[in-house]
Amino acid sequence: MQLPRTPSQTVGPYYTIGLCRRVENELVPPDDAGVLRVTGQLLDGDGEPIGDGMIEAWDASGSRWGRSATDGDGRFWFVTAKPAAMDSAAPHLDIYVFARGLLKHQLTRMYFPDEPEANAVDPVLSSLPEADRAVLVAEQEDGAVRFDIRMQGDRQTVFFAT
Amino acid sequence: MTDDSPIVLPDDPSFGDEVQVDYPGYRSTRLRAPKRPLVTLPEELHSTGGPVFGDETVSALDYDLTQQHEGEPLGERIIVTGRVLDDAGKPIRNALVEVWQANAGGRYKHHVDQHPAPLDPNFSGAGRCLTDDDGNYRFITVKPGAYPWGNHENAWRPAHIHFSVFGNAFTQRLVTQMYFPGDPLFRFDPIFNSVRDPKARALLVSEFDLETTKPDWALAYRWNIVLGHGGNGTTPLEEDH
Repeated sequence: MQLPRTPSQTVGPYYTIGLCRRVENELVPPDDAGVLRVTGQLLDGDGEPIGDGMIEAWDASGSRWGRSATDGDGRFWFVTAKPAAMDSAAPHLDIYVFARGLLKHQLTRMYFPDEPEANAVDPVLSSLPEADRAVLVAEQEDGAVRFDIRMQGDRQTVFFAT
Repeated sequence: MTDDSPIVLPDDPSFGDEVQVDYPGYRSTRLRAPKRPLVTLPEELHSTGGPVFGDETVSALDYDLTQQHEGEPLGERIIVTGRVLDDAGKPIRNALVEVWQANAGGRYKHHVDQHPAPLDPNFSGAGRCLTDDDGNYRFITVKPGAYPWGNHENAWRPAHIHFSVFGNAFTQRLVTQMYFPGDPLFRFDPIFNSVRDPKARALLVSEFDLETTKPDWALAYRWNIVLGHGGNGTTPLEEDH
């Protein structure tokens, strides 16, 4: 018999006291060779920054996890290593989005701009319409990888059912 | 949706255990809830695993929110226990459970919370623990107070404790809130009622647990947490599949 799942509720505005008591946005030690900085902005339906959001990043290929609160500009940061390709999947991070006003967290995927060939055959990415594929591929920015997350609008981030 | 849409909508069992993400009575959903339908990932990707947290994640007193300061916090001391299970009823071992809450006066130790209730120098309101082999978690804390918020005129949140839980797969990540039985604020609260199915909503409410209550010391509340389907997601402790 299948048990009904416990429903989701929002993290609310005060989650940092419980979830952000320590620095957890380093998926690898920051002084490792070849570290990669991932940054981005979390934006609402008016394009305004969400300053009370939280992003979690999971690299299944390396079993690495991290968490970053957003700042007043909606910015989040991770220090990580480039994920490896797994089977036919292109390198990617699973990205979880939490915020006040978000009654259930949302799951998306961040792909890398320097992997056009792997991205072209990734089973998830290639199943999406072209415009949606572009939304899930990060951009290079000043030596970092930038991935903005838009909750609504024409360029809304693609979110996956969980 | 507009600001004059109702704060609380009628029950709708067709939602099952899913929350209505764009629930209009909770005003902050308006610019934040995604508008496009979710994309379904192939089933074989449901078992890509997830972070495994070890004992080093948790300090000895992290489960006891009443012992994190010099003195004891004010309020009604309570024990909150339960099990973390998957939807087949199987316990999830070593799941990281994180909690945060207001103090007994209904005030969070957070700079944004300016509700004119006192902060308690002996209460931070945050804890964490790992589930044991039977999926059990346990916290000692004080019962949080109800508090006002700016969603609408005379809006008050029912007393609740925030929970964050990691299972073994992306389908098992959960952030939610545990409520207390019989709260008179339930029927006015848009966040609680964003779970439209009354049976599912009841799953957010803990039960008073006389058996776990410690005589002359603390009342107890029991609340089980059921996470989604985990595929065959394995942790080092679950090689018995």
